[in-house]
Amino acid sequence: MDFTTILIQLLNSVQYGLLLFLISSGLTLVFGIMGVINLAHGAMYMIGAYLTYAFVDWTGSFGLALLLGLPVMLVVGIIIERFLIDHLYKKDHLFQVLLTFGLILILNDLQSLIWGNDTHGVPIPDLLSGSITLTDTMQYPIYRLSVSAICLVLAVAMYWVIQKTRLGMTIRAGASNREMVESLGINVRTLFTIIFAAGVALAGFGGMISAPLSSVYPGMGDSVLIICLVVVVIGGIGSIKGAFWGAMLVGLVSTFGPILIPSLASVMVYLVMAIVLLVKPRGLFA
Amino acid sequence: MKNTLNYKGFTRKFRQIALAGIAGALVSGGAFAAEPVKLGVMLPYTGTYAALGDAITKGLELAINENGGKLGGRDVEFVTIDSEANPGKAPQNMNRLINGEGADVVIGPVHSGVAMGMLKMARQEGAIMIIPNAGLNAATRQFCAPNIFRTSFSAWQTAYPMGKMAYEKGYRKIATIAWNYSFGKESLEAFEEGFKAAGGEIVKQFLTPFPKVEFQAYLTEIASLKPDAVFAFYAGGGAVKFVKDYDAAGIKKSIPLLGSGFMTDGTLTAQGQSAEGVMTTLHYTETLDNAKNKAFQQAYQDAYGATADIYSVQGYDAGQMLVQALASLKGDTSDKDAFIKALAAVKIDSPRGPWHFSKAHNPVQNMYLREVKNGENVVVKIAAEAVDDPATGCTMAQ
Repeated sequence: MDFTTILIQLLNSVQYGLLLFLISSGLTLVFGIMGVINLAHGAMYMIGAYLTYAFVDWTGSFGLALLLGLPVMLVVGIIIERFLIDHLYKKDHLFQVLLTFGLILILNDLQSLIWGNDTHGVPIPDLLSGSITLTDTMQYPIYRLSVSAICLVLAVAMYWVIQKTRLGMTIRAGASNREMVESLGINVRTLFTIIFAAGVALAGFGGMISAPLSSVYPGMGDSVLIICLVVVVIGGIGSIKGAFWGAMLVGLVSTFGPILIPSLASVMVYLVMAIVLLVKPRGLFA
Repeated sequence: MKNTLNYKGFTRKFRQIALAGIAGALVSGGAFAAEPVKLGVMLPYTGTYAALGDAITKGLELAINENGGKLGGRDVEFVTIDSEANPGKAPQNMNRLINGEGADVVIGPVHSGVAMGMLKMARQEGAIMIIPNAGLNAATRQFCAPNIFRTSFSAWQTAYPMGKMAYEKGYRKIATIAWNYSFGKESLEAFEEGFKAAGGEIVKQFLTPFPKVEFQAYLTEIASLKPDAVFAFYAGGGAVKFVKDYDAAGIKKSIPLLGSGFMTDGTLTAQGQSAEGVMTTLHYTETLDNAKNKAFQQAYQDAYGATADIYSVQGYDAGQMLVQALASLKGDTSDKDAFIKALAAVKIDSPRGPWHFSKAHNPVQNMYLREVKNGENVVVKIAAEAVDDPATGCTMAQ
């Protein structure tokens, strides 16, 4: 592997890592603060992608599709939290796992009913459809770079909200001592609804902006869920910072791993996870 | 309306009914005519492969309906099971069709993993099985049996002829890439065999984890290797993503993309511009220029309001095969050996071109070289005529 190739592979790693961070941040946020394991997180990613497909088909504009899709995702989040999750806070984690697993099955079937079983594609928006020439044979699509930029902006924004704002303060306080925050007169119920909806919207947004890069197909959320769980476990469940570095590590490993050791391509990421857990049983930043 | 049937009208009516009855008895020719032929259909109707199961079923029904809804003069009863493309449930579903329902013939499946489970059962029980899709080489190689037929293809058939085509195009060094699972590996091996036999060299083989769709790292490697061309196998969502990524990385301009036909079948709308110029080999394309295909496409359109695809054709040919075999037996399936012999002897006039069974019961068929032009797979030429799978390890082919 020559130097240029290594640089491009590094770019691939960071680009994939940032996208993984965007999708897994919602999962870790919801767990860290609410103590809820949302297995339907991947299904939310899928819904985001299908909504983009449907809205682009309808309006012809990717920007409009995002504008229409995001509120829908927020509403889906609010409905699921208010009508389903809300009943299970006092129960064991197993109940949440069962509920959200059931949601995966229902949402996958709904997807099949509404949009059928064909594979769809979403065209890259014209404005970002160009590419940058890297070598004589290789180009890098501008859209891919834009997605990375959006993910970076969101990462910084999340850091700012959690560390510097009043809402972030309440969130951090709620995460470390829920009863205390409640006794201080803060409405934890509303807070939880906001956080869950934000988590769902983050997953949905991930699906929306990756729709033009990826293809839109049944069951696309399932593999995303697994890799997100790996990211979250490596980073330390509940830690946003952990999700960031976990995603970067997974990005690096899944880019360089299969090229350097092809025979271990499909287990590489899980091996790294096992090693991290052996050294730090609670993940890197828990 | 008042009944105004007069004497003359009555006799005419009576004569018609009597004639129809006699004709029916002549065609079906025996006491068994009362029993309908039981077709066990085991295809996926939910999940990723649902569209394929649906297309095969429609093709099968169309062939039987064109024969007046009968096989050898007997009525047809369908027993349908959703295979869910789940290999774990295959033996149990197969058992239900053979022993529970007493199906005369089992038609299925789509998925090669499910096929493994069904094949084992079919070999044990001697049940007649017609595979309308699953392309695993083994079905007509080491697991071949007199009672097992396939109306679709073997993985080898869809990739081997591309080797010679690629060499003729002037490519000498090719890199190959596919999902790391049996069908992907079988496709690559067949292409590599064909390409090396023609005189080419394989510079690198990439096997990517199934069913992951993150290809950027591999594309970067391909760009730095600079082969003359790339041969790939992906299907469904993976095919859409791979072809789009390949184009977006700008590699397609300098390193042409070749593939097994499934990479651009049923996926072209989603792939859009990015698939233009991709060359593939397969045993069918919707725009194939022959009278049978035109009539078939029209009939399918009239019956279901949809364009028939390769899967519809494979289902249709399974139906045609039954129509022909049962007609030659005059509907008498009581002698299983004679039934198997009649099935093996069919000559199918298929929308894909004429084909017949090899000794291993796999179709001997033409493979077409196709190029994506304006969102359609256009036939460039016949890549290889009457391609016969090598049937390595099949005792029937020795």
